[in-house]
This record gives sequence, structure tokens and C-alpha cells, in this order.
Amino acid sequence: MTIDPKTAPAKAGEEGVGRRDFLRAVAGFAGVALAPGVTLYAYGAEARPLDEPASGKVRWGMLVDVSRCKPDCDACVSACFKENGLSAVTREATDAQWIRKVNISDPKTGAAKSLPVMCQHCAEPPCVDVCPTGASFKRADGIVLVDKHICIGCRYCMMACPYKARSFVHEPHSDQVPHAPRGKGTVEACTMCVHRVDAGAMPACVDACATTGNGAIIFGDLNDPNSEIAQRIKTYATSQIRADLGVDPGVHYQNL
Amino acid sequence: MIGRVVRNGLAAAAFAAVAAVAVWPALAGDVPVPAPAKGKGEACVADTAFMRRNHMTMLKHQRDETMHEGIRTKQFSLKECIACHEVSGPDAKPVTIESPDHFCRSCHDYAAVSIDCFECHASTPGGADKSADVGGHDAVAQLSAYAKGLK
Repeated sequence: MTIDPKTAPAKAGEEGVGRRDFLRAVAGFAGVALAPGVTLYAYGAEARPLDEPASGKVRWGMLVDVSRCKPDCDACVSACFKENGLSAVTREATDAQWIRKVNISDPKTGAAKSLPVMCQHCAEPPCVDVCPTGASFKRADGIVLVDKHICIGCRYCMMACPYKARSFVHEPHSDQVPHAPRGKGTVEACTMCVHRVDAGAMPACVDACATTGNGAIIFGDLNDPNSEIAQRIKTYATSQIRADLGVDPGVHYQNL
Repeated sequence: MIGRVVRNGLAAAAFAAVAAVAVWPALAGDVPVPAPAKGKGEACVADTAFMRRNHMTMLKHQRDETMHEGIRTKQFSLKECIACHEVSGPDAKPVTIESPDHFCRSCHDYAAVSIDCFECHASTPGGADKSADVGGHDAVAQLSAYAKGLK
């Protein structure tokens, strides 16, 4: 993408203001290239009133810029552990993973990439299709959750999920955080930090990636054409993992 | 006819009075009645008698609304109940459901009604302090190392 500086409304003697106007004028097209630190934080959402249900007009989603994600960084994973009170890693094979870093490489070329993978919050979630009790469900705003009150722990959803995003809680816990109840015998996964989203904040992983990580993840409303996430998906080539399955994940990847 | 009803009514009232006199001293002395700690603030979100009978229905209704629709009003929220009815232990920290002094347990033990809420929900306002047992970055590093080994 090339930007012609002549289109900027810069005038002699007002260089600072002109430059700012110029940046603002092209931000819609080049927000990533020009001002990543600034635009990453804004997604334009406000806290919903407490008594208002989640809106079907909204679809929350994430966009991960894989070229910014570094293999040695696990800020998103740490933040998720802390935010949701996921317990100590004592049994690696079965402990809950709501988000994981996946490192991929092409043996032929040696090209390597690192990316976070969490519940993809599909528009057509297979976990919801197979759930025998209705515990696995999609909220009006596209966030896929487990209602642990009615989950019987059959784990069909874990088998159905193409992203291996769900975990089963094998052992009793007594150290939950108040906003993330979790207990033995139920299945759980990334909630897109629904408690934070309902309060008008960003998921913990997105926050951590922007502050202590590399600013690779943005969060926003996919249905709002003016949101940064929708603009970027419109402007740049992005992909969804296993898009061929037709489940339409809400998590998109750029430069994958 | 009416006279008979009145007579029966009087008899019933007299029996009730006698029964009450007979039972009341027992309640006051021999039978251990629950003594839940008083909550913070002036009054509960509803009348005490109403709360005693209906708190479970309100919690269940609220739970479905919050879980499925994202309605997070505070009046009948479990989190608010826990915050208002916290009971401090000997170390001045709020007691968990492990303690018989916990507000919920004080009645539920008496009524022999088991509650499953706290198998998943935090039974203290702040939840348990996670910093110690999560092990901070180490645990995550272990997990990452494991994840890397899977490829």
C-alpha cells in the first residue's frame, strides 16, 4: 500500500497539525501501519446497562496478526490463567487450557509462525450441535459458552470441537475467582472474558497482548462496519483456521 | 351449621394454643436453632421471611438470565449475597464454605439440604488468593513447554 503525502492537508507553518490531520485521514486504511499502538486499544464498545440482555446485533470477534505474535511471548496465556483463576499446572495432560500458543513451521522452507489458539466462537458451533443437554450454547452476541449448571460432563463437545478448544475439569477446585465459576465434572473453555465484555472492557488476553505482549490481537464487533476489526478484515487478507469446515469462527488471523 | 363451624374453629384454636405452649420451651432450649450471622447494611434485598422461602428460586432465575442473556443486575446476584453475608473467621478473613460458620452453611447444615453452588462458585467475596498456588509465570512456562512438545 502506498500513501501519497500530497493528499495530506498539510500547510506551510502548520506542519504538526497537518501531519496529525493526515494521519487521521488515512487511519481508516492504514491504521495498522501508521499507528498500531493507538488503534489497538479502541474498539468503540461501551458497557451495556446491567439489566439489558446481550444484543444479537453485535458479534464479538478477534483478529490476531500472526506476524506480530512472537514464539517466546505468552502474555495472553498468563493473563488468561490469572483472570479466570485457572489452577496450578500439576497434570499437564489434563489441566485446563483456555488459550494456548501454537508454534508451526514448514519443514521445507523453515518458515515458522507462532499464534494463540482459543475457542474460536464459531457462528455455527459444532459443540452446540452435539450437546445433549443444551449446556453448550451461543449467546446472542456470538460468544459460545458452557452453562455448567446443566453440563453433565459427557465431553461430546470436546470431541466435536475442531480446534481442541475445550477442557474438562477433572479435579475438585476451591480457589475459583468470583467471576469465573468452574468445577469438577464440567467442560469449560475460553469465555471471551464475557464478564469483562459485558462491563465494556476487552478480554484479558487482548489487554495483555497490547500492554505486555506485542499488540497482535484486537477485539471488536464484527458486525459493526466501522469497528477497527471489521475495517481490517475488509482491508487485509485474513483467514480463519479450518475455514473449510464452514463453522465461521469469530477469531480471524492475519498473515497466517 | 354455622354454629358447628365456629365450635370446631374454637376447638382447633384451643388445641393450637396448647400445642404452642407445649412446644415453645423446647424450641428455646433443647433444639439447636440455626443462628446465621447478620448481613451488612440495613436490610436484605427482600423481606427476611420471603428470602427464607424463596432465595433459591431467585438465585436460579438470576443464574439463567445472567448465563444465557448476560443480564447482570445485582439484586439477586449470588456474588452480592456472598459479599453482603461474609462472615469473618479468627484470622479476620472471610470464611469459606469449609467453615460451619459460613452464612449459607449455618442454615443448610441445620436443614440438611446440601448445596452444590460452591463446587464451582467462590464462597468468599474476593475468591481465594490465586497468586500463591498458580505459581505465577512458572506454571504458564511449564504449560507452554508442554504445548511446544506436542507439535
